[in-house]
Amino acid sequence: MNAFAQIKPPSVGCGNAPVLKQRGQREVFCGLTSIVWLHRKIQDAFFLVVGSRTCAHLLQSAAGVMIFAEPRFGTAILEEKDLAGLADANEELDREVERLLARRPDIRQLFLVGSCPSEVIKLDLSRAAERLTQAHAPQVRVLNFTGSGIETTFTQGEDECLASMVPVLPETDAEQLLLVGALPDVVEDQLVGLIEALGVPVVKALPSRNADTEVGIGPNTKFIVAQPFLGATAGALAGRGAQHLAAPFPFGEEGTTAWLRTIAEAFNVSPEKFDEVTAAPRARAQKAVAAASERLSGKSVFFFPDSQLEIPLARFLTRECGMTALEIGAPYIHRDLVSADLDLIAEGPVLSEGQDVDLQLDRCRAAKPDLTVCGLGLANPLEAEDLATKWAIELVFTPIHGYEQAGDLAALFAKPLKRREGLTL
Amino acid sequence: MKLTVWTYEGPPHVGAMRVATAMKGLHYVLHAPQGDTYADLLFTMIERRDHRPPVSYTTFQARDLGSDTATLFKESCKDAFDRFQPEAIIVGASCTAELIQDDPGGLSESMGLPVPVIPLELPSYQRKENFGASETFYEICRALSAPVERTPEITCNILGPTALGFRHRDDVVELSSILESLGIAVNVVAPLDATPADIQRLGVAHFNVMLYPETCETACRWLEREYKQPFTKTVPIGVGATRDFIAEVKAIAGLPDTVVDDSRLRLPWYSRSVDSTYLTGKRVFIFGDGTHAIAAARIAKEEMGFEVVGLGCYNREFARPVRACAKELGLEALITDDYLEVEAAIEALQPEMILGTQMERHIGKRLGIPCAVISAPVHVQDFPARFSPQVGWEGANVIFDTWVHPLVMGLEEHLLHMFREDFEFHDDAGASHHGSHTPAAQKRRVVEEKTDTPEPVIKDGVTWLAGAEKELRKIPFFVRGKARRNTEKFAVEQGVTSISIETLYEAKAHYAR
Repeated sequence: MNAFAQIKPPSVGCGNAPVLKQRGQREVFCGLTSIVWLHRKIQDAFFLVVGSRTCAHLLQSAAGVMIFAEPRFGTAILEEKDLAGLADANEELDREVERLLARRPDIRQLFLVGSCPSEVIKLDLSRAAERLTQAHAPQVRVLNFTGSGIETTFTQGEDECLASMVPVLPETDAEQLLLVGALPDVVEDQLVGLIEALGVPVVKALPSRNADTEVGIGPNTKFIVAQPFLGATAGALAGRGAQHLAAPFPFGEEGTTAWLRTIAEAFNVSPEKFDEVTAAPRARAQKAVAAASERLSGKSVFFFPDSQLEIPLARFLTRECGMTALEIGAPYIHRDLVSADLDLIAEGPVLSEGQDVDLQLDRCRAAKPDLTVCGLGLANPLEAEDLATKWAIELVFTPIHGYEQAGDLAALFAKPLKRREGLTL
Repeated sequence: MKLTVWTYEGPPHVGAMRVATAMKGLHYVLHAPQGDTYADLLFTMIERRDHRPPVSYTTFQARDLGSDTATLFKESCKDAFDRFQPEAIIVGASCTAELIQDDPGGLSESMGLPVPVIPLELPSYQRKENFGASETFYEICRALSAPVERTPEITCNILGPTALGFRHRDDVVELSSILESLGIAVNVVAPLDATPADIQRLGVAHFNVMLYPETCETACRWLEREYKQPFTKTVPIGVGATRDFIAEVKAIAGLPDTVVDDSRLRLPWYSRSVDSTYLTGKRVFIFGDGTHAIAAARIAKEEMGFEVVGLGCYNREFARPVRACAKELGLEALITDDYLEVEAAIEALQPEMILGTQMERHIGKRLGIPCAVISAPVHVQDFPARFSPQVGWEGANVIFDTWVHPLVMGLEEHLLHMFREDFEFHDDAGASHHGSHTPAAQKRRVVEEKTDTPEPVIKDGVTWLAGAEKELRKIPFFVRGKARRNTEKFAVEQGVTSISIETLYEAKAHYAR
């Protein structure tokens, strides 16, 4: 049997590079923002934030859209009297949940989502979830997680949400692969299709699209993570005896191939079979990336911390699109998950974790990158200073994983540069 | 605890940000947890501001709660002063920081910064965005203004415009030009584009223009008490209100009652011209902030010839004037910040048009009722590139166009419906009548077969017979809902269990106005 072709790492990668850590204003979203895509993914779930008017305002602002139908998320806004006595707050919460579930019989899973105020006043949502599960079982399962800014940054909300689901997964001995991360359905179907074509017997996804899809876990479960921010979920799954398959993340042709190959090796798929399944989509991805990255080649990129996707994306842009990374900022570097990607990025860029936004802006201005990847609060101000920007948030809302999206991913970064070239103003 | 899916107003510290971001040379140090920086994007994205709001957040995390968030606040305050060198600083807490009771006011006072530091107390669990803006502006005026000599010539201040305001940018331009035509110079516009030094010289003006009571009434009342500066009470949105405003200004300034040049004003003629006849008696539902809702009600009734069938506002602070206005129109005002209640009211009233906020625009889309936007909360569409004020002569022109536009669209849609069965204008035809868009004939046949035999529809124990259901579809879509309800109501009253074409027309005659 032939060995798998391995990708060639740089002579010195970023795996052991020093990390710049500064403490100051962090210009990032809190974990509640994850609800914006989680509620689309889990189709019978309601996300009830127990928080303040600020939480509600964040959600509607981050979602960026008005509400067309009655959405499956909302905020139970704490009022003066809820702060005065916790007993009353619990009673109020039960009443609101009762009313909500009565109005929405389609809801099968209810997530109570903790916020900064609910955590500061120490409202115990896990106990509330237990109490409410007893009251509403079996029709509705009530879970809780935190999306608060004091505990979580942006995509960590998804991590907390998925981690909260792990303890209630039923036990199974079946040999299976669990694909972890809330991916757009189209991407999930593509990846599952490829993995099944490799001959992996059972492929399940966490989160599943609805409560009735049985997803079990046990010692014969291997799991692979599709998003770099799912550290707590990976830990919880390992805690249930499942085996983590560490791999670079499936962005671009190279990343997707490395990710699939890790699965193939773990399930004893032959290299021939692997090539047979992946050859055509690999070729398509290479062609699409080559076309879309023409404008990116030779350009420099600077990442502000946002979604924790920064490291795998920097790997994609530097290795497959010919870009140079000047700084890769991440809100949090979860080494267990991203070390494979770090090893593949050639030494050179500043690696930073956490943020002092004013100091980082100074570095960005000094570095004059051709493209800056940043949040919505910084994009227009930087454009006004003549720096081309890519909104980082689009990277979590748009399908970007896998072979068929590799070209789109490169195009997302190329678009701001293309626009600038095209305008005569 | 109140379940909220969408809110008309943000928390009060966002109101404070609207004031801080509007001003120059002022910095806001906000004690707030990580994540509250989302508010920056309201200004940089919705309003397309090319600068970050002048706000430093402490962005504390859980680990800071265990140690010392007060020190963190002081460090943020010092860093902000060193970096931005503001002329004055406002300090405050967001909802979470309010709970940890670090007292930003006291902390910053103890630092001995060489510029004025103004503490804000904005109760996050009781009040909302407009209150936050109003209170912040009032505190800034109180802290920074000083007794000064009046200008020899008659001058005024324009108060109220903020960042992220509904057409505030253009309203200031239009209003300044009207004041100029009266021979009155503008001393200071605040908070929009004002510096702390400008606030200091508010008192040199002879009077204040209260442009938006939501954000400046408290400040106007204080300036009246403190510096004996009268302020205008009429918000000049609409033709009549602008004329009243000018009369008010003349009275305050002691100007002769000469004719004012309104040659730019087109609304009155546009409204009188015969092609506006179809506007007559249009049943409109009005909802927005108090000021814009009241202004819209007057324009709708007196200047467009509409019938106002519903009126309300989401900011409880203005419930009283809105109730009074509604009463004059023979209505009960709807005061709520729950959009579901607004939707229910609209659904029950079945107006022919909505004048509302972006939320009512979406409600209108759902219910198939045209809507024009008259008020905040703002959307990126509320910051058009063109000059588009709401106040004054040009504001009236803009309002005429804005309100008529969705109705014209409604007429076009009506025509499309009328020609639905026509061989060229049917549902499957493309936007163009050119040959390449000719649809497949087969697809069309299926549609026809479906429409030929509608299923009987049963509702409230009343059955629509196929013929009546088909006839109902010939009625323009924007009155169809009303026709359906009236016919069903009529049928129930008459004890008729199945609605025929006859019943439909008997009901029409019964309800004829």
